[in-house]
Amino acid sequence: MADLCAVVGVGQTKHAACRADVSIAGLVREAVDRALADANITIADVDAIVIGKAPDSLEGVAMPELWLADALAAHGKPVFRVHTAGSVGGSTAIVAAQHVMAGIHGTVLTIGFEKQSDGNAMWALSVPIPFGMPVHAGAGGYFSPIVRGYIGRSGAPKHIGAMVAVKDRTNACKNPYAHLHEPDWTLEKALETPMLWDPIRFIETCPSSDGAMALVLMSEERADKHAGRKAWVHATAMRSEPTAFAGREQVSPVAGEMCAADLWRKAGIKNPAEEIDVVEMYVPFAWFEPMWLENLGFAPRNEGWRWVEDGVTEMGGSLPINPSGGVLSSNPIGASGMLRFGEAAMQVMGKAGEHQIDGAKKAVGHAYGGGSQFFAMWLVSSTKP
Amino acid sequence: MSEADGLVRLRQPIGVTYNWSAGPNATSHLAGLMAGKFIGKRCPSCALVYFPPRNGVCPKCAKILAGDVEVGPKGTITTFCIVNVPFLGQKIKLPYVAAQILLDGADISMQHLIQECEAEDVRIGMRVEPVWKDKSEWGPSLENIQHFRPTGEPDRVMGAESGAS
Repeated sequence: MADLCAVVGVGQTKHAACRADVSIAGLVREAVDRALADANITIADVDAIVIGKAPDSLEGVAMPELWLADALAAHGKPVFRVHTAGSVGGSTAIVAAQHVMAGIHGTVLTIGFEKQSDGNAMWALSVPIPFGMPVHAGAGGYFSPIVRGYIGRSGAPKHIGAMVAVKDRTNACKNPYAHLHEPDWTLEKALETPMLWDPIRFIETCPSSDGAMALVLMSEERADKHAGRKAWVHATAMRSEPTAFAGREQVSPVAGEMCAADLWRKAGIKNPAEEIDVVEMYVPFAWFEPMWLENLGFAPRNEGWRWVEDGVTEMGGSLPINPSGGVLSSNPIGASGMLRFGEAAMQVMGKAGEHQIDGAKKAVGHAYGGGSQFFAMWLVSSTKP
Repeated sequence: MSEADGLVRLRQPIGVTYNWSAGPNATSHLAGLMAGKFIGKRCPSCALVYFPPRNGVCPKCAKILAGDVEVGPKGTITTFCIVNVPFLGQKIKLPYVAAQILLDGADISMQHLIQECEAEDVRIGMRVEPVWKDKSEWGPSLENIQHFRPTGEPDRVMGAESGAS
């Protein structure tokens, strides 16, 4: 039986298109200092550091875990680097939690970051490959045909993506750390934005952001003696599958379904839609909200879009999704998964401020990466399992 | 922000030219393209045909692919994207249709360009055929095909495959 693990500190940067005021190291340190302050500890209290980031090519620093060791005050401590593409923030938090749950370390600091303005992710994700035709155009070009597949099979009306986008951008206005603060979106205006990767509109795409997220995790023994609010980790789950194989279900990847089923089983959840109070879901393109609602077992197949249309996922709905504004409002890629995990923790700690869901007791953080091939989830609660 | 704050930001280009060792399976695929043919590989376990064979291994069974299978040249669009976004290194005029094409006889689609019709007329199930470049321009690449174009044949009804690989 594994030990328990609790989140005792959460810290994030102000996310922005370009944080030219800081270096990568400065960006990371901003999140770390806030997480340590939130936990009311110092770096001296930390036993190990687990750092995660999306591909090195996105910002041109190879092996950032070496480059950043000094800024992380890693001298004399074990440092690990995790890498699972866009899901990396989630899987990094899970690896950090597993060090605690395995009884190896009592206090672990974990960080996800990305400084997109220092590189060019669109280019780095569109490099020609020898066995393919160079017609792909960044992440949007990859995911757009999959969205088309979902719209076709579910019969979803074309405004659903824009509805999700307007909800998330509106939610983001309540989150002081969000990159985009755009309070004036209406569905009508959203539907007028241009098609970038038809059927994906401009409004339905995430921004490019600079940002970082850090969490402080503690063992039960330490957390019990630690003053302050905690988010107890009830379960974690990770699954992966190849990017391309014959007959692959790309709209609802099997690895995602398995990841969620594993999480519900470990946490003893029978009816996710009823038992979960709030979800921070990885939605970089708006249509993925209804798609993941189905993939994770919240909504029946081809029904996710109806939940969006009925307002179920709004802040006042029965299953609020992304009260922080989500990836659609801030996307420092390497941090985006940990932002989902950390925001879920903030909800059950009662620390989400203006975007707090009242009385949230059980929250889920979700991240995916690559060609919808890496999945990471955790379920956190205000009480011990 | 940087200039106003007096903070330095340097522009540092990085460029690397790599070699890619294709291995025997991808080599037969690339050699096929140089001969104007689509050569896929069959999984000895599940019998599904991979084109291109990528790493030479069936992603589901983890068995090494064996046996050349000629597929295509015609195929069916399983899903597509209309690209309107300019980006660095782009070679094709906007807007263009990047489609997943399931070549006849293959069990996995590959991505290629659709031309010779309006973007709004492209649809899931549309039958297409390759238009090869002049032989003098051929190399070991799917770029030997200028694009795919509609054949005019009746659409193929796509079931569970649409939106799939």
